[in-house]
Amino acid sequence: MKLSALPQSYMNRRNNSFRGPSAPSDSSPDGAMKSPAAMFWLVLHGLCCLISLVLGFRFSRLVFFLVFSTSSTAPTTTNLFTASPLRQAAEISGNLEVRSSPVAAGGALLVNKTVPRVVVGRHGIRIRPWPHPNPVEVMKAHEIIERVQREQRAQSGVKNPRAVIAVTPTYVRTFQTLHMTGVMHSLMLVPYDLVWIVVEAGGASNETASILAKSGLRTIHVGFDQRMPSTWAERHKLEAKMRLHALRIVQEEKLDGIVVFADDSNMHCMELFDEIQNVKWIGALSIGILVHSSTMTDESESSTIQQVAEEENWPVPVQGPACNSSNKLVGWHTFNTQPYEGKAAIYIDDRATVLPRKLEWAGFVLNSRLVWKDTEDKPEWVNDLDSLDGVDYVESPLSLVKDPSVVEPLGSCGRQVMLWWLRVEARSDSRFPPRWVIDPPLEITVPSKRTPWPDAPPELPSTEKAMNIRDNQVVKRPTKTRSSRSKRSSRSKRKHEARIAETEIRGKHTDQN
Amino acid sequence: MTDFPTSSSSSFDVDPVSSSAILAKNIRVGSSSCSPLLIMKMWAFFFVGLLCTHLSPVSARIGASDSSRTQPTERISGSAGDVLEDDPVGRLKVFVYELPSKYNKKILQKDPRCLNHMFAAEIYMHRFLLSSAVRTLNPEEADWFYTPVYTTCDLTPNGLPLPFKSPRMMRSAIQLISSNWPYWNRTEGADHFFLVPHDFGACFHYQEEKAIERGILPLLQRATLVQTFGQRYHVCLKDGSITIPPYAPPQKMQAHLIPEKTPRSIFVYFRGLFYDVGNDPEGGYYARGARAAVWENFKDNPLFDISTEHPSTYYEDMQRAVFCLCPLGWAPWSPRLVEAVIFGCIPVIIADDIVLPFADAIPWEEIGVFVDEKDVPNLDTILTSIPPEVILRKQRLLANPSMKQAMLFPQPAQPGDAFHQVLNGLARKLPHGRSVHLKQGQKILNWTAGPVGDLKPW
Repeated sequence: MKLSALPQSYMNRRNNSFRGPSAPSDSSPDGAMKSPAAMFWLVLHGLCCLISLVLGFRFSRLVFFLVFSTSSTAPTTTNLFTASPLRQAAEISGNLEVRSSPVAAGGALLVNKTVPRVVVGRHGIRIRPWPHPNPVEVMKAHEIIERVQREQRAQSGVKNPRAVIAVTPTYVRTFQTLHMTGVMHSLMLVPYDLVWIVVEAGGASNETASILAKSGLRTIHVGFDQRMPSTWAERHKLEAKMRLHALRIVQEEKLDGIVVFADDSNMHCMELFDEIQNVKWIGALSIGILVHSSTMTDESESSTIQQVAEEENWPVPVQGPACNSSNKLVGWHTFNTQPYEGKAAIYIDDRATVLPRKLEWAGFVLNSRLVWKDTEDKPEWVNDLDSLDGVDYVESPLSLVKDPSVVEPLGSCGRQVMLWWLRVEARSDSRFPPRWVIDPPLEITVPSKRTPWPDAPPELPSTEKAMNIRDNQVVKRPTKTRSSRSKRSSRSKRKHEARIAETEIRGKHTDQN
Repeated sequence: MTDFPTSSSSSFDVDPVSSSAILAKNIRVGSSSCSPLLIMKMWAFFFVGLLCTHLSPVSARIGASDSSRTQPTERISGSAGDVLEDDPVGRLKVFVYELPSKYNKKILQKDPRCLNHMFAAEIYMHRFLLSSAVRTLNPEEADWFYTPVYTTCDLTPNGLPLPFKSPRMMRSAIQLISSNWPYWNRTEGADHFFLVPHDFGACFHYQEEKAIERGILPLLQRATLVQTFGQRYHVCLKDGSITIPPYAPPQKMQAHLIPEKTPRSIFVYFRGLFYDVGNDPEGGYYARGARAAVWENFKDNPLFDISTEHPSTYYEDMQRAVFCLCPLGWAPWSPRLVEAVIFGCIPVIIADDIVLPFADAIPWEEIGVFVDEKDVPNLDTILTSIPPEVILRKQRLLANPSMKQAMLFPQPAQPGDAFHQVLNGLARKLPHGRSVHLKQGQKILNWTAGPVGDLKPW
């Protein structure tokens, strides 16, 4: 029922947009020559355009609705509900007439029994007075998401999850806070019940206790009466002993769960804790070994290491179970120490590479019932924990089993690497503030030589303990009365200028301790 | 169809639907025979009845195997009962008219894009019926008659179907079947069904005002229409129509599945237009202003991941969302509903008075969230005030595999899919009432009704 004079087409939706009144200036020069009716039409057209420009929407359609409407049904009005100022213009021009759907044109065949509630035509765009997020709603939505995700985890995850018992041997040194914080945060994220057994060489100390207190986890902190020795071989032996001590605690307290050997310098993936729930008695995981060679050595060394890595087809050496095609355990991938012959670190302070053992403890997980005394359902291939008492060096938990073939390979048969081994320590003589609290605060601030600050002294005061001066860095330095303070500053920049030997620059990948 | 004695059916109410199916089949076999065989019929009746009590517990348990999936699911039963898993074979017979290929094959050859767009159901239904067990080659015993005419296959270069020739095509097809076979005139189409998956069904227009003006094609006023459009109290939705979901390619969706344990971290997800700048520049016409309202109210809300982009991870994102918006566009239905159901995202349906697919078999109120268009500005309040238990229950219902199957048109057809739901819907309309068969010489349809342009031959 639209007037055919209107330049509207129902093909609008199918073709490209046909904007209604176009700019009048395009066609006016020619049109002036034509009849006055066309002239009048053009003027009206232009007027409509201008009004549309002012109002912000196409005005002509509205006018024709109002003026030429011959609809037989009573026009209904819809009030616009919006707060947008542009839309209010429609209210200025009067009430919108919207046609309710008429009876079908085909005759009285399809008579609507009820008047439809939903009408065709222009509706307002409803905008609430303050269309911005409501913080209360956002929090509720997050709670809903959390609940949904919990349900998802419950369904796709493990039924009857078992507790995790993490065993960590540690001792107080510079890097202890760094490592322990990492392990602590990993364990705090574990969604299962957790017991953290921390065995400390040299006796339980306040340092370690203060780190553990921050975790909020259930911890068992025991001291071990030997100090950490200074050779790597001895250290490994002592750590093994400490772990056995922890297993002894598991035995005595009858802790139930899965024992994970979380060394403090290792990095754990959260999927690891989901995967170990699948273990029945004893399982083996693949560890990625991050061995660095000291960057001060010559190029040839690194190239041989790379060659070896390429031969093994692995960019990073991986230590763990090896399976055949039917996913049965057939052997072990161990770390190839050949390229490091003669270059391995022996003493703590050596600049050479620290090598892992053939099979690290961290790559094994145990069902804690294996170490319990007097349980009926222990399998017969288990060695009693007491039998390991006199042994000098227990290399790996494989000593607990008579037959290594019962070990279950985890992580799709060792193909997934979910933890990484890395030994990074500071030098043995490095110091750090106890509990990393500088108390009382340092007094002397010495600006660097090349500082742009105006009150810089022209010369640096010379000191007994030299400092690492970096460009544009301020080094806080203790007075001479305080003896044990850290001489290290940030190790991000490396300079090859050797200062005094004891303050020698530490490499990017720091040294062993 | 003769009525079978209902007095003895009381012992078979273990599974009334399947037992009646078997009984009905049995009766049909004997219906054409003469009366001395009545006694044989009775014996067969009792024998099959005895078998029923043993067989029906087995059939009722087919659906209970959903516990094999890791996610717990719930059984779905709509207003017609627990009918999603019904087997239509044996409950109805469909006769497929052999129309000249200019009505179907030739059209498809001209434009094979018709196989992939959202109106492809008409083509796949034809193919399914040709090889289905419900098909009968004997029209005398058929309960329903199907006319394979592809009215939604005349596409623009963009791929959108033009409905201008569809009324003439339909009319020409009906003229053909009414002159070559007696079955149309017998009932004037009351036991015939047609697939009209276009925007507004058998009104054959994409613009709502025009569609309402035209109304349903007069010749189809007695036939059963199987269509995607559904809106209550609307001219283009006839009583007794069967609403189906739009076609969504099953393989494409299966190819984009992600592991179920991926946590759902998006609260509300939507991708699509909010303003149709080409056809409705000022807004207010497109989607009755509802999509524009969603944008204006929630465009800066971090819970609402809404935009007009076309990401390549659209399906994956839906699987990471808790709610998926399914607002109306130019028509109230959209393939988003199908996608939301397949990907386990709770559909938020913003379309007043919409009738959703298979509404009698699927209890959509329990599965989706319905929001009135006038309540769109409060959408965030509405969604966050749903209790978590209700949300988890909806997710469980969505995880039911029969729910997902019912929304799909897989090739080849699988039990419980949309083809079978259509047949189930047709079977539920049986037996035909008294008004279906016309007396001799009685005529209801007006063959010259409708706009003049429709009367031209095709």
